[in-house]
Amino acid sequence: MANQTEILNDLATIVEDIAGVDAADVQLDKEFIGDLDVDSLSMVEIVVAAEEKFGVRIPDDEVKNLKTVGDAVNYIDQAQG
Amino acid sequence: MSLPPTPAGAQHTAILGLGAYRPSQVVPNSEIVEAIDSSDEWIQQRSGIKQRRFATPEESVQMMSVAAARTAVERAGLEMAQIDGVIVATVTHFMQTPAVATLIAHELGLDRPAAFDVSAACAGFCHGVALASDMVKAGSAKHVLVIGVERLSDILDLTDRGTAFIFGDGAGAVVVGPSDEPGIGPVVWGSDGEQSDLIRQREDWRDAIASENPRMPHLTMQGNAVFRWAAFEMAKIAHETLDRTGISVDDLDVFVPHQANMRIIDAMARSMKLPEHVAIARDIAEQGNTSAASIPLALDRLVEDGEAKSGDTALLIAFGAGLAYAAQVVTVP
Repeated sequence: MANQTEILNDLATIVEDIAGVDAADVQLDKEFIGDLDVDSLSMVEIVVAAEEKFGVRIPDDEVKNLKTVGDAVNYIDQAQG
Repeated sequence: MSLPPTPAGAQHTAILGLGAYRPSQVVPNSEIVEAIDSSDEWIQQRSGIKQRRFATPEESVQMMSVAAARTAVERAGLEMAQIDGVIVATVTHFMQTPAVATLIAHELGLDRPAAFDVSAACAGFCHGVALASDMVKAGSAKHVLVIGVERLSDILDLTDRGTAFIFGDGAGAVVVGPSDEPGIGPVVWGSDGEQSDLIRQREDWRDAIASENPRMPHLTMQGNAVFRWAAFEMAKIAHETLDRTGISVDDLDVFVPHQANMRIIDAMARSMKLPEHVAIARDIAEQGNTSAASIPLALDRLVEDGEAKSGDTALLIAFGAGLAYAAQVVTVP
């Protein structure tokens, strides 16, 4: 089970691989769509990769609530517990 | 009393010829964007589509099918009289009956073959290839024309941000027949009716006609959910198809997924870890998503561009409304 820093780092790598965003820019307060320019299709790929990486399930109707990177990290952290 | 045994047909089958018809009217993104308050950049980013083709009134489903079929039969080196089966995969033939396959067979001057339509949306062509191959192996037919054809522009709501920029028109055809070597692998196919509402006609014809404002029922789609299913579940089906055929991804020369969306094609290739050497069909950039016609059109483009050569091993994988899917490995004619 990863702690929040590890989750953030792994998530940043995923976002970089899928959406081409510099991992260093993937910070807790950044909005996926607003700040990182990640569209909803990339979000689907990111979510699937995160599910595989962290061993969690992120249902479709939860995804729309994950507006910032921090939202996603928190969700994954809680889902792992 | 049991029946006498049925003589078997051909031991192996293959695609003997391929033909395509692309409508004459090219529609660039610039002609689509105003009605959906969008931009060329957004459409390309979202789908990889630069332009699509819309059929003119003269380019009917029958007309396009006949044109593609003539080319396929010619390239197969066959006479029309040798074609004894016609399968047409389409969802845009707007008569419940007769099937457009019989009209096409008649116009081609075929010798009154078995002829029927298949409704399996974007998966229709690969369903048709599987059926044709089985028919030839069972001895039910010798040479079967399989046509994928659509006039999706007839049911497209040009003001719907979810679909207006995606769909287009066209036709592709192949002849399936006997072969000395296996040229069509086993089909992997299935459906998921639980997700039937993901891509569909907005309303039943009767409701459309009875409504206060009678009009063509339009296509509607839940893009994100479809993306997820296509990019990930279908990548698994692709692997299953290779396994079932007895080849590995390294043996593959060509990958022809249904041209649903460039982002899906890219995600599938990533998910499958396709090796660099595999040529990937990307016809959608110029042709849009033509549902049942998309796979033969995409294969035709790869052959025209020299990216797919005769004898190459190609994975065809089609998926879409139903939800339904069908995939098989074939040798490029």
